[in-house]
Amino acid sequence: MTNRKLMKGNEAICYGAIAGRCDAFFGYPITPQNEIPELMSTLMPDNGHVCLQAESEVSAINMVYGAASTGKRAMTSSSSPGISLKQEGISYIAAAELPCVIVNVQRGGPGLGNTQAGQADYFQTVKGGGHGDYKVITLAPWSVQECYDFMPLAFDLADEYRGPVAILMDAIIGQMLEAVELHDNFEIVDRPKPWAVTGMRERDHNVVNSLWIDVNVMEEVNLRLQARYREAEKNEVRYAEYKVEDADMVFVAYGCSARVCRTVVDLAREEGIKLGLFRPVSLYPFPSNRIAQITKSGCSFMAVEMSCGQMVEDVRLAVNGASEVLFYGRTGGVVPTPTEILDYVKQVYDIAANPTS
Amino acid sequence: MKKVFERPKSLRQAEFTYCPGCIHSIIHRMVAETMDELDITNRTIGVCPVGCAVFMYEYMNCDMIEAAHGRAPAVATGVKRVLPDKFVWAYQGDGDLASIGTAEIIHAAARGEKISVVFINNTTYGMTGGQMAPTTLVGQRGSTCPAGRDPEHTGYPIRVSEMLATLDAPSYIARVTPTSPAGLVKTKKAIKRAFENQLAGKAFSMVEVLSNCPTHWRMTPIESFKWIDENMTPVFPLGVFVDR
Amino acid sequence: MLKRQEVKIVGMGGQGIMVIGQLLAHAALIEGANVVWFPCYGPETRGGLAECTVIISSDEIGSPVTSTPDTLIAMTQPLLDKFAPTVKPGGVIFVNTSLAQPPKYRDDCKIVEIPANDIATELSNPKTANMVMLGGYVELMKPVKLESLKASLKEVLPEHNHRFIPINNTALDKGAEVTSR
Repeated sequence: MTNRKLMKGNEAICYGAIAGRCDAFFGYPITPQNEIPELMSTLMPDNGHVCLQAESEVSAINMVYGAASTGKRAMTSSSSPGISLKQEGISYIAAAELPCVIVNVQRGGPGLGNTQAGQADYFQTVKGGGHGDYKVITLAPWSVQECYDFMPLAFDLADEYRGPVAILMDAIIGQMLEAVELHDNFEIVDRPKPWAVTGMRERDHNVVNSLWIDVNVMEEVNLRLQARYREAEKNEVRYAEYKVEDADMVFVAYGCSARVCRTVVDLAREEGIKLGLFRPVSLYPFPSNRIAQITKSGCSFMAVEMSCGQMVEDVRLAVNGASEVLFYGRTGGVVPTPTEILDYVKQVYDIAANPTS
Repeated sequence: MKKVFERPKSLRQAEFTYCPGCIHSIIHRMVAETMDELDITNRTIGVCPVGCAVFMYEYMNCDMIEAAHGRAPAVATGVKRVLPDKFVWAYQGDGDLASIGTAEIIHAAARGEKISVVFINNTTYGMTGGQMAPTTLVGQRGSTCPAGRDPEHTGYPIRVSEMLATLDAPSYIARVTPTSPAGLVKTKKAIKRAFENQLAGKAFSMVEVLSNCPTHWRMTPIESFKWIDENMTPVFPLGVFVDR
Repeated sequence: MLKRQEVKIVGMGGQGIMVIGQLLAHAALIEGANVVWFPCYGPETRGGLAECTVIISSDEIGSPVTSTPDTLIAMTQPLLDKFAPTVKPGGVIFVNTSLAQPPKYRDDCKIVEIPANDIATELSNPKTANMVMLGGYVELMKPVKLESLKASLKEVLPEHNHRFIPINNTALDKGAEVTSR
């Protein structure tokens, strides 16, 4: 109780970064993530760390590239249009095998869009928004507490898998005030970073690079990255379930959408409709195996997203035709309300519950 | 026998892959010599560009980062900010620094980042095949301006040193060219000055080196040196623009 | 404490909409409840739409937003007109009657009239109209204790505004008096 504090998801990201021993933050203003660079501009120097406002998102991610090259824990944050600008840097960071954390407080899009909540950056984040064969381990908090808890985890995953890790939020998760406990129950692993550029002294020179002219070498680099992704797919799948066991239909939703769906599950069950919620916490690696297991109960699925349907593709791949997969989405910054989702469920419920009828 | 000339310790046992007569080779050597003289090789992180100098990390015997096109000043900023006691230089060409990376160089200079930048200006995109650069002279031919740069269509060359000299933060900005023995000495001195400034804790330094591209200019190396003196220096006057 | 309370607070930017929402949320926090506060701003920094939602519950809170609040606190006419139709049937609408006419068409809701700006002006601080409304709401609906609100002032108000805590306390009390009658 004593440690419970009311704060925004964006603010919890900052305290989580400090708890995760973040050494350097590089950012650029964009709504709805401004609380992050604002709070970091006092929090980081107060803790003896680096915080710098870059001239653009492009520069911010390249400052992260430089700082991460030295083996320091570096991060940036932005919102959808700014994350688009960072994609070049993210691709280079992935190729150069550098750990870092990128926070995306998604807003309505495409284009300049608006500053309300969106989830239309799923493809960009999870499928690799920049060029080349790379993946970004992606965590999706659904509460202010998880914003805090996931930051040290993200830095650890970045170090372990030597690549960028994304925290995928939205304007609501970032801007809502909720209670958070700023605990220190983290086991932070200090991994040796013999590849870091720190000045040579007693070793040969280190090079941080993403250029391999020899195609065979470049292919080897790619295969090394892929091997790491396979490891992550084995070890780093995270999800949460709510009343899935006896559900006739299971929502699949992350972040804010999952919060809304949890309310729908309760409302529906009051009316005798057995819904459940499956919440992917790691969007990459996606919890496909668990979803495939759930299909054996005979339930159908409904992906709910604040987009026109992006994660639903991964749900369909996981279900692989074993069950019906429906979709409900609002987009452009619109957040679906519990009642509208429940109304939609009622419209399709009979069909979905008895797909053969 | 007394050894009077040898490979600087800051250069690796690797052969430069530059075209014969290219000034890059000279400036690489000067950067390495300067690191030797200041005894900073073991505490240096160099950042190299995209362009002909993209393989610089294979030549320099210090820790190196290969940056994305134009982003070297931002990458160098990231390094220097987390490792303020290390020595950080960036090496960029005109396409890298004066076109795609204009924002990065201006803001690194405006913030007074404690880094040293070597800027190779040869008025052309060498690696990609001699296309028009932001520094291409009016009337100068390139593969994307075959009839010569037309200012009505593509404007005029950018004078980066003069532009950055309007800022308050930089401690040293100079334009040099190694086309003569005296020019070689001045170029080396300018690079050393830029490095010493960083070691003294001073803000941003940049040395712009007027350079050649014998291959795409379709000249012999000697002709290209003459072309720099006759055509480039009137547009890009040599001198020290900031020294404080 | 009620099992679950969803209140939407609306007005113009500058009327202190966000701050009374945060005050309510903080009071719920110190009483050990689950609470979510969520803002919605217009693009203007001053004078635009200001809207926030506070959900207080003894259970874990799912959706942080609601389209059909139990309670509406409306500080101005345009925002009252916009949001009065969204209140759940049987809900409660608090109207700042200094600046807005009660929505008689919502005869399925309880309408509470508080001339907040007039009361605040009597207190010689018109800026405390928001606190008058909050006091009135808390006294009637009891989502939290009035004391918890007062205890939250020093946490929610920025330090340079702590000198206004006494006047805010008075305004909360004045609002409470209206609805306790």
